[in-house]
Amino acid sequence: MAKKYQRHRWWTPGALLAVVCTLPLFAQTAAGAASDKLFEPIRSVLQSPRCQNCHIPGDSPLQFDIGKIHAQNVKRGPDGKGMPGMMCSICHQTQNASPSMGEHAPPGAPHWQLPPANLKLVFIGLSPHELCVGLRDPERNGGKSLQDLVQHFGEDQLVAWGWNPGAKRTLPPLTKEQTVATVKAWVAAGAPCPGE
Amino acid sequence: MVKFTINGKAHSFDGDLAMPLLWYLRDELAMTGTKYGCGMALCGACTVHLDGQSVRSCVTPVSAADGKKITTIEGVDAERIGRAVQAAWRKLQVVQCGYCQSGQIMTATALLAANKNPSDADIDAAMSGNICRCATYVRIRAAIHEAARSLA
Ligand code: FES
Ligand code: FES
Repeated sequence: MAKKYQRHRWWTPGALLAVVCTLPLFAQTAAGAASDKLFEPIRSVLQSPRCQNCHIPGDSPLQFDIGKIHAQNVKRGPDGKGMPGMMCSICHQTQNASPSMGEHAPPGAPHWQLPPANLKLVFIGLSPHELCVGLRDPERNGGKSLQDLVQHFGEDQLVAWGWNPGAKRTLPPLTKEQTVATVKAWVAAGAPCPGE
Repeated sequence: MVKFTINGKAHSFDGDLAMPLLWYLRDELAMTGTKYGCGMALCGACTVHLDGQSVRSCVTPVSAADGKKITTIEGVDAERIGRAVQAAWRKLQVVQCGYCQSGQIMTATALLAANKNPSDADIDAAMSGNICRCATYVRIRAAIHEAARSLA
C-alpha cells in the first residue's frame, strides 16, 4: 500500500509544474466567480417582468408575468413613445389608472415609454455577461456613466414604478433599496461583468 | 379645482378630480357623442384629444385635463383635418351601427395630424386599439386614405 501511494506523490516535478501553470487560471476563475456574484442580483431584477417587458429585442412590448405580446398591436415607434396616432400616452397616464377601473386597467408613470428604436437596451434573452456589458457601455445605455446608472436606478420615476406597480403585479426579486445598494457595490468594484 | 376648454369653451370643475373624463363629459355635461365601451382602455370608443393627443377618456382622470384643450367628436370638425375625416367617412359610408365611430374618427384625426400620408401599415398601427364590433375596418382604412388625399 505504502508503495502504491508513493507512486502517486502529488509533488512529482510534473505535478508541480502543472499546479504552477494553472495558478493564474484559478485566480481568474475566482475573480469571475466574484463578478458573477456581484452582477447576478442586478440581472435578476433586470430580467424580471416589470423591467424586461419593455426592454425588448423586437418592437412589440410585453404584458403580464408571462410576457404576452401587448394587445392592440402596440408598437415601439421611433422614439419609444408609440406610433403616430397610437402613442403609449393614449392609455398610460403619469400614474396608474384608478383601481376602480379594474386590476388590469393601464398602469402609468411619468414618461411611460420603451427605449427608443436606435437604442433598444435589450434585457430579454441575453446571457448575464451580454446583459452586463450592454448595461455599462455608454454607447448602448444612452450615454450613461457608471454614476449615471446608479442615479438612474435610484431616481428615475419610470424605473421606480417597477417597485410600486400596483394591482397584483409581481415585484422584482429585490427591493429598490437593495437594488440600488447592489448597483453601487457593483460600480464600486469597477462594474465587472460575469466571467471577467 | 381644474380648468380646461372643451371644443373651445372654457370649463372648470371642482368635484372629484379622480372622476374619469368620460363621466364628466357624458354625465355632467350630457355630451354623449363620446361613447362608453369597456371603461378599461381596451376598445377606443371613448377617445378624445387632450392638446391634440388622443387619450382614452374612460381611464383619464379629470385632473389630467387641467389647463388643457379637450376636443371631442362634437368639436373635431372645427379644424381642417377633422372636417376632412368626417367628410371621407360620409363619402365612403364607413359607419355601420356607429357605436365605435366617434373613437375611430378621433384616432384617425390624430393619426393624420401626425402623418399626412399614412401607409396601410401606419393605419393599422394607429387604429388597432379602436375596436369595431361591426368590423368596418376595411372602410375605415379606405376613408383614412381618402381623407389624406383630400388634404394633400
Ligand atoms: S371605453 Fe374607453 S377604451 Fe373602451
Ligand atoms: S360600426 Fe358598429 S361597432 Fe363599429
